[in-house]
Amino acid sequence: MATIDLDHLVKRYGPTTVVHGIDLSVHDGEFVVLVGPSGCGKSTTLRMIAGLEEISGGEIRIDGRVVNDLQPRDRNIAMVFQNYAIYPHVTVADNIAFGLYRSKLSKSEKRQRVEQAAETLGLSQLLDRRPSALSGGQRQRVAIGRAMVRDPAAFLFDEPLSNLDAQLRTQMRIEIKRLHHRLGTTSVFVTHDQVEAMTMADRIVVMRDGRILQVGTPLDLYENPVDVFTARFIGSPTMNLVPASLRDGGADLSLGGSVQVPQATATTADILVGARPQDLVPGSAGVPGLTVSGTVAVVETLGSETLVHIESAGQTIIGSAPGRQIPQIGEHLTLHAPAERLYYFDKATEKALAAR
Amino acid sequence: MKAAASPPGLVMPHIRPGRILAWTLLFIGGVIMVTPLLFMLSTSLKDASQVYDLRVIPEAPTLDNYIEILGDGRFTRWLINSTIVAVIVTLSNVFFDSLVGYTLAKFRFRGRYIVFIAILSTLMIPTEMLVLPWYLMASQFGWIDSYWGIMFPGMMTAFGTFLMKQFFEGVPDDFLEAARIDGLNEFTIWWKIAMPLVTPALSALAIFTFLGNWTAFFWPLIVTTSAELYTLPVGLSSFAVEQSIQWEKIMTGASIATLPTLIIFLFLQRYIVRGVMLAGLKG
Repeated sequence: MATIDLDHLVKRYGPTTVVHGIDLSVHDGEFVVLVGPSGCGKSTTLRMIAGLEEISGGEIRIDGRVVNDLQPRDRNIAMVFQNYAIYPHVTVADNIAFGLYRSKLSKSEKRQRVEQAAETLGLSQLLDRRPSALSGGQRQRVAIGRAMVRDPAAFLFDEPLSNLDAQLRTQMRIEIKRLHHRLGTTSVFVTHDQVEAMTMADRIVVMRDGRILQVGTPLDLYENPVDVFTARFIGSPTMNLVPASLRDGGADLSLGGSVQVPQATATTADILVGARPQDLVPGSAGVPGLTVSGTVAVVETLGSETLVHIESAGQTIIGSAPGRQIPQIGEHLTLHAPAERLYYFDKATEKALAAR
Repeated sequence: MKAAASPPGLVMPHIRPGRILAWTLLFIGGVIMVTPLLFMLSTSLKDASQVYDLRVIPEAPTLDNYIEILGDGRFTRWLINSTIVAVIVTLSNVFFDSLVGYTLAKFRFRGRYIVFIAILSTLMIPTEMLVLPWYLMASQFGWIDSYWGIMFPGMMTAFGTFLMKQFFEGVPDDFLEAARIDGLNEFTIWWKIAMPLVTPALSALAIFTFLGNWTAFFWPLIVTTSAELYTLPVGLSSFAVEQSIQWEKIMTGASIATLPTLIIFLFLQRYIVRGVMLAGLKG
């Protein structure tokens, strides 16, 4: 187990800078997820921690030791790749044993470790098989086995679930999370999937264009996004944003109507009012908040809830209705979100206005 | 059940004219290729007096030529020489071509492209032009009339390097990176991880190299002077120059020399076909 510290970490490819001096501390035993759209530098950051990518500036410390110039094998980390990267020409047992390649354990001890890892991951029956005879989920488990058998200081996961189908992804997500609870090993997990980030992370690091936008617990990010990007990236479906202009004590919505804005600290009068689809429900209660009326354009029936897309003044707003209440397309509908569930952003800087 | 009710015999297999043409051409091609081989085998079973009797099935077949040739110490010497040369050159090619190919495919270093182009450009030079410099080199280093003299020009080939480079480029970097994290050093990664992943290309390279060296004639003829160092093709040709042309001996030797090739083809057909497809040339 170990801490990982990134200090002004920079990565340049020729004249292009892809990671712009990021700072991050991963605590001992923590499960941190780096999330962001492709090209945001999250995988590059992970690969720099692993030592697969040279760093152009700054410092990486694993357990307090500067590892900038250490070979990957000398960093005592284990990594799980998106394409599993298990060797097709050797058996499952040998694949897992590769994790112990440099270990000085005796042969029987190594065998025992491999069997232990296999048992933890439900691979005991498959030890003599070749990877080609395994399913995607089993292959990914072998890759995890190879990582955990060594008892490394930290696990690094590079989008390990991207190649799995939806059902398997959910299952592996839970398995990895459970494994982390059991082993308590510091983990850094890279994904572009905000659901994975939300469900797995102790803390989420939102990245964009080689910079860290926000670090926080999943709920923290959901409740207090610092900017429009994070607000829209976290949570599914994405947050509705309605343009509005500030006036005394409130703001006039572009859709018509107005809302009360608690503290108006925007640089200009133009702001964005945000509401998550889950908070925007049919009916206009007599409480202050955001009220949107429009025509139902699309209905997505999910069973547990129904997502309703309504067209209002040329903008599509997504709200949600209870599972068994299915509005008709073309129907006129009014959605309402209470004032305490609203988010406010400066339209020019896209930064969040003072705390709700 | 109803569909199967039409009486047999009424259903004529439909043969397209294109098929017939293809079969005919293949048959003619087959005959053209197999006839010399049959003739070689047939001549090897004749005695010296019957050699010019052009019947394919000999009148009085005899194994005397085989007994004589195999009992001739020179022939076994040449067989051994050919084996030594072909095996060593093949092993060397499999090792060095793939080592260099891997390096060119998987490492970024200054001058990489120039090295690659330099290697590739040697593919454009015909062997006939290289023989003179090879000979001068061999003579200056004292390699004339030695095993090393026969082998050195082929220990590594541009073709093999190119082939292996193309293949290693197809090996995903994730495998190598996973191995790096597991603690394997770069040489072990190449040997234990990358090499097994390109086995089809390796076997194709090995087969081509072995066959090429087994049948090589021109260079071994030039570089060897003493009969103990002849390879099989060179040795067999010496039957044609000494007293008179001993066709039955040449054909017997050639029949024996063809055996390894035939065996290789029979057992490794799959790999050869795949190899030809992979390499996109030779054959």
